[in-house]
Amino acid sequence: MTVTETASEWQKAAYIAGQAADARVNVELETEGMTLNIGPQHPATHGTLRIVVRLDGEQVLWADPVPGYMHRGYEKLCEVRKYPQVTTLINRIDWLSSFANEVPFILAAEELLGVEAPPRAQYIRTILFEMARLANITLFLGDMGAQLGAVTPVFYAFRDREHVLDMIESATGGRFHPNFDRVGGIKDDLPKGWIAEAKDVMERVRVFCDQMDQLLVGNEIFQTRTRGIGVVPSAVALDYGLSGANLRASGVDWDLRRDDPTIPMAWKHADFKVWTHPDGDSFARYWVRLQETRESTKIIDQLLDDLPAGPIMTKVPRIIKIPEGEAYVQTENPLGVMGYYVVSKGDLGPFRVKIRTPSFNNISIAPWILRGVYVPDVITILASLYFILGDIDR
Amino acid sequence: MSDAPTETPDAPDAPAEEAPVAVQESTPVESDPVREAIVTQLSGAFGDAIIDSHIARGDLWVRVANDKWAEVVAFCKATLGFRFFDFLGGMDWLNNTNLSGEKVWDPDAEKAIPADMSTGYAGGDSRFQVLCRLFNVDTHMGITLKVDLTADAPTVATISHVFAGADWHERETWEMYGFNFDGHPGLRHLYLPGSFEGFPLRKDFPLLAREIKPWPGLVDKEPMPGEEADEEEVPE
Repeated sequence: MTVTETASEWQKAAYIAGQAADARVNVELETEGMTLNIGPQHPATHGTLRIVVRLDGEQVLWADPVPGYMHRGYEKLCEVRKYPQVTTLINRIDWLSSFANEVPFILAAEELLGVEAPPRAQYIRTILFEMARLANITLFLGDMGAQLGAVTPVFYAFRDREHVLDMIESATGGRFHPNFDRVGGIKDDLPKGWIAEAKDVMERVRVFCDQMDQLLVGNEIFQTRTRGIGVVPSAVALDYGLSGANLRASGVDWDLRRDDPTIPMAWKHADFKVWTHPDGDSFARYWVRLQETRESTKIIDQLLDDLPAGPIMTKVPRIIKIPEGEAYVQTENPLGVMGYYVVSKGDLGPFRVKIRTPSFNNISIAPWILRGVYVPDVITILASLYFILGDIDR
Repeated sequence: MSDAPTETPDAPDAPAEEAPVAVQESTPVESDPVREAIVTQLSGAFGDAIIDSHIARGDLWVRVANDKWAEVVAFCKATLGFRFFDFLGGMDWLNNTNLSGEKVWDPDAEKAIPADMSTGYAGGDSRFQVLCRLFNVDTHMGITLKVDLTADAPTVATISHVFAGADWHERETWEMYGFNFDGHPGLRHLYLPGSFEGFPLRKDFPLLAREIKPWPGLVDKEPMPGEEADEEEVPE
């Protein structure tokens, strides 16, 4: 009998003994199941989401999210408002990137009306859309650190997001809720000196991304707590309708900004890369969003350089009456694919608006993804899925 | 400032110019061979269960018979490659709301379905419909599937076993419209409290905010130019 064989025999015996001991302990320490209530108030929920979790020791048996604490009934309210009034409501769906919420609705109305915004308006729309993305995602990039116990990144995020919000405010007048998009164009042109200032801000955001790279992505604790945690295979992600960075982190190469040239926006004039990650874990979702932020700053830089001259409003009647029809327009919003199914019966307001929000689908995977994970991972997984409560509850 | 302002944004792929035609009775306005092939494929597999279809502005609507709903959705996913679940929602075609601000809801009035109820693209035989939107992430095409539900007992088969994401959407539609999804694992309230009565998104459900107080925009509004003629009636 050689030495290695002896060693392996010994290891095998030790393993069996260990298993037996574990089994004995498990019998002796029969743990009772426990139901843990997470939320409705928790920093990881960006609002008030309650999650009922059934635990066996440290492991989750099942999880059941309970949304509805912020349900405002926007689909019903849209039915009793005129088209220009609806944008005020839908600004509040995903409150961190309000301008991006307005765009798909206005595009659906324009499609039914048969008009298209002039090129300059399309460019400014796209620039503000991407700024809304920056305002949203920079917060995520810092906040993800806070969920893991790193306090510094979130201060960096709030600091640099403020510069982006300043740019949005100086162009639209609204820091959070611009209400700037109109059927047929946009409300105002950009103020003087805005372009140069916006480029400085883009530079700052890129520096911020590098800081996040150094502070979090390379951090050993961050990697241990996110790599291999909350893995979503691409087939499951498509089944649940996950979209945006969550889907791309599962390896599905699909971005409406690049893949849908029929959307009358200026993304087709910009050169950018759509990042994907094969892993599908929490780390991949963070990493994809970090790369997206960088691409987003590049898009804004390019569009600011090529900004065409011309009008910002096309000719539309003063009283907007949309002809009868149905249209569904979806765009690649910061949180994922957002779409509005607008049904018009030729009235001043929509007959029915079905709002497809990304977070609703993104969080509906929670019962699946949380099954069997450990309690501390619940928070990191939810944080990496990244949802805004207004976007779930509408 | 490089692009000339005179450049027209109209690309040849923008058929939106043909949009404001009022009612197109499910006749394709422009040739769209790719989507027509999908309809042919569906009709070949399901025959009469594909009741109607509509192609407009690079989008596709297909109306499906109620008893083949789940099968058609499963076929779209497995064979046609519509693997991305977009959304599922309800639809109430009752002509009951308008923007006039008048009280549109009267509990004493009998709830008759207006004769001129229109039912959108690909038609409809009933007041209630369920819409389901799927997307193909490889060919970048979307499809909207519609199914009629009877007005007195709206029921349709669940598709939550085909698309796991439909679970929550069906729960939402169940509580907002009162549609029953046959075979759903657990139709529970999602947004509303458990004691809530009524189905808020049905057109005959009153929006109480408007019933109690007239819409402020209507009380003190100035007439828009060209609108003076019909400005006499102001709701109390």
